[in-house]
Amino acid sequence: MLRACLRGANATARKNYRRIPLTSLQQCRHYTAGESSSASKVVVAGLLTVSGGIGGTILYAKWDHKFRAAVEKNVPYSDWLLGLALGPPAQDPGLPIKKRVELAQPPSMIEKQVKKSAKKEGAEGPVKDSSPVPSKPAQSIEEASAEATHIISAISEVPSVPAPCDTEAAAVKEECKECHEHKEATAVHPAPTEPMKERPVEEVAARLAQQEQEEQDISASVSASLEDSLASSAKATLQAIGAQEAALQAIIQHTDKLKEAMEAEVLPEEKSNQWKDLEAALADRTTALNDARAALSKANESLDSLRSAIDKSKGLKISSVRPLVLAAEENLHNMVVDLDKMVMKVQSAESEAKIVSQYSELVNEAKRQFQREVSSLTPEIQANWKGLTGKLSTDDLNALIAHAHRRIDQLNRELAEQKVREKIHIDAALEQQKLEDQKALDNAVNTVLQHVKEEARLEQERKLAELREVMEAEMRTQLRRQAAAHTDHVQDVLKVQEHELKAEAEQVLSSKMLEQETRYRQLTQEQLDNFTLDMNTAYARLKGVEEAIDSHVVAEEEARKAHQLWLSVEALSYSLKTAEADVPTVPLENAAQAVRDSCRDNDFALALASALPEKSLQRGVYSEASLRARFNSLRSLARRVALIDESRNSLYQYFLSYLQAALLFEKSQEAPPSQLSSEDLDPFKLLSYASYCLEHGDLELAAKLVNQLRGEARRVVQDWLIEARLTLETRQVVSLLSAYANAVGLGTTQAP
Amino acid sequence: MFSMSEKELGKKWDRCLADGAIKLGTGLGLGIVFSVLFFKRHTWPISLGSGAGLGMAYANCQNNLRSHYMLHRGDKEQ
Repeated sequence: MLRACLRGANATARKNYRRIPLTSLQQCRHYTAGESSSASKVVVAGLLTVSGGIGGTILYAKWDHKFRAAVEKNVPYSDWLLGLALGPPAQDPGLPIKKRVELAQPPSMIEKQVKKSAKKEGAEGPVKDSSPVPSKPAQSIEEASAEATHIISAISEVPSVPAPCDTEAAAVKEECKECHEHKEATAVHPAPTEPMKERPVEEVAARLAQQEQEEQDISASVSASLEDSLASSAKATLQAIGAQEAALQAIIQHTDKLKEAMEAEVLPEEKSNQWKDLEAALADRTTALNDARAALSKANESLDSLRSAIDKSKGLKISSVRPLVLAAEENLHNMVVDLDKMVMKVQSAESEAKIVSQYSELVNEAKRQFQREVSSLTPEIQANWKGLTGKLSTDDLNALIAHAHRRIDQLNRELAEQKVREKIHIDAALEQQKLEDQKALDNAVNTVLQHVKEEARLEQERKLAELREVMEAEMRTQLRRQAAAHTDHVQDVLKVQEHELKAEAEQVLSSKMLEQETRYRQLTQEQLDNFTLDMNTAYARLKGVEEAIDSHVVAEEEARKAHQLWLSVEALSYSLKTAEADVPTVPLENAAQAVRDSCRDNDFALALASALPEKSLQRGVYSEASLRARFNSLRSLARRVALIDESRNSLYQYFLSYLQAALLFEKSQEAPPSQLSSEDLDPFKLLSYASYCLEHGDLELAAKLVNQLRGEARRVVQDWLIEARLTLETRQVVSLLSAYANAVGLGTTQAP
Repeated sequence: MFSMSEKELGKKWDRCLADGAIKLGTGLGLGIVFSVLFFKRHTWPISLGSGAGLGMAYANCQNNLRSHYMLHRGDKEQ
């Protein structure tokens, strides 16, 4: 019937259920059908809104970069979408400004450096894009600036401070110099201008050193060459001069000899000697003249070479060479002058000699003429007619005198004629002479002019050199001043830096020192602590050892006591066993007393010993077996009065209780459960549990169970319970004591 | 010394029985006496007497057995 009802209920339920979904579905369909249009509307509207939102976001992001960045940060994958739609985000132009700032810095740095000679330099250097065309007019300035660089680098103590532009300028100038050395501004050097990095100091110094070295080499070579050529030309010139001198001497000698020969009145032999000497002198003169000419040519050659060398060295344009060049030029000039002088002297001597020779020739000619005349007159008269004064006759003498008169007349006429002719000749000669003189004058003037020009040029050069030196010295002083100022400034800066660094270093030092000190203190403290700890431990160990030793003694005493205690407790427990059936044990007083005696100072044992119940002491306790036996008899009695308690204690109840006991059968022994429930409190059950426990030796549990009896049954078993309690108590105390004694004995028997 | 509470009941029963016997006998005897003497050998005094005797014995026994559960007036006042 129940199943039928259930089935019916199920059926109705199912029917109901089936109806409802149908209607709901229909309704839903109605709804969906009705709402399908509205749903699609909603969907479309939603889509539109979303797309509009996205489009608007993209547009706004395109317009406002911050918004774009914010969106990209906050919305994941938006950066991808925005990148797709708009392209990568634009970078802000921050770099060019920085570059310009950097550019502007070097000028300020090199301001001081290139104030002086290199204003153009200062303008040229930092401006990268300025044309680095090394034009010629800039050459000298570049030279000067290079020199300035030299001076600065030579004088300044802080080579790092002459900053980029200086070296840059130097580099530019160097390279320009090089390119000038090679050719004339063939290649514009944009290279040094492009990377405006500061060259390292070592490079600058190396370059400068290299430059100096080169210059030194060049100057050395030039000076060597100049010296060589000078030496050679000087030698040649000296030689030439010497030769000329010799020639001059020869000429003069010859002329003197000739004069002498002309005018001296000597013997013919000597005359022939004289003529021989004269010839020799003439030969000497010719050779000397030849030598002089050769030497002159050689000297001219060497002078030309010297001049070319000087010109070449001039072309090098190195300052250190210039004084050498100047000196060489001066020497050259002097030599040329000397040579010219000598040549002139020689020439004058030659002309004089020529005159003298002409005169001598004339005289010779006249003499010959006269001799011819005399010989024609007096053919017998010899040439040396002067020695023949004693040999001549009066006729000869008269003829000679007449001839002489006639000769004198002739000569007078000739003289007059000659005078006239002489005048003309002299005029002509004078004219010629004038011309010649003019020529000679012109030549001399030219040469002197040349010399003067040369001297003037040399003077100019010297003055120029002096001026240059002066200027250089001045520039050097100015630069030195500038360098001094710079060094002062640098010194100041250095001092400040030094101060700062010192302060910093001191701070660091002090902090480090502090650290070290604290660490040191820590360490010492640690060491001290360790030492104290060690000391303490050692002391403690010592103490422990002492205590151990003492405690040994104590322990032995204890052991003895424990043994005694144990023995007494054993005696007590043995005395417990003296219980026989229905006869309690001997009174435990003695044993207890013994125990008490053996544990006089042991509170625990004393307490335990005094915890023995009085009755056990006085009277002894029953053994378990006796209790068990007693219980068995008790059981039946308790069964019989199971029904009697305060409320039911009439005789009728007694009868009923007896009847119950007779009629009720329970297990004689039943294992008690771990937990007693209310139905277990039935006396019969309790008794069966109790007897089970007793059979299995569990007096305690049996007593507990028996304790649960109520009413008359309880009254009946009261004494047994008391006895059981007593026994249990005593046994517990004794077991405790024995355990304690055992423990103490165990503890103490481990002493070595 | 060795108080055995279990023996008490037995003792009580003994006393009960003894008392019952005495009382019964006494009642019987008195009843017999009375019935012989005064009530012309009717049996009712015998039964009366024995009944009374038995009753008294019963009451006594019950009282004895109950005595533990009964609080005496003296105790109550204390």
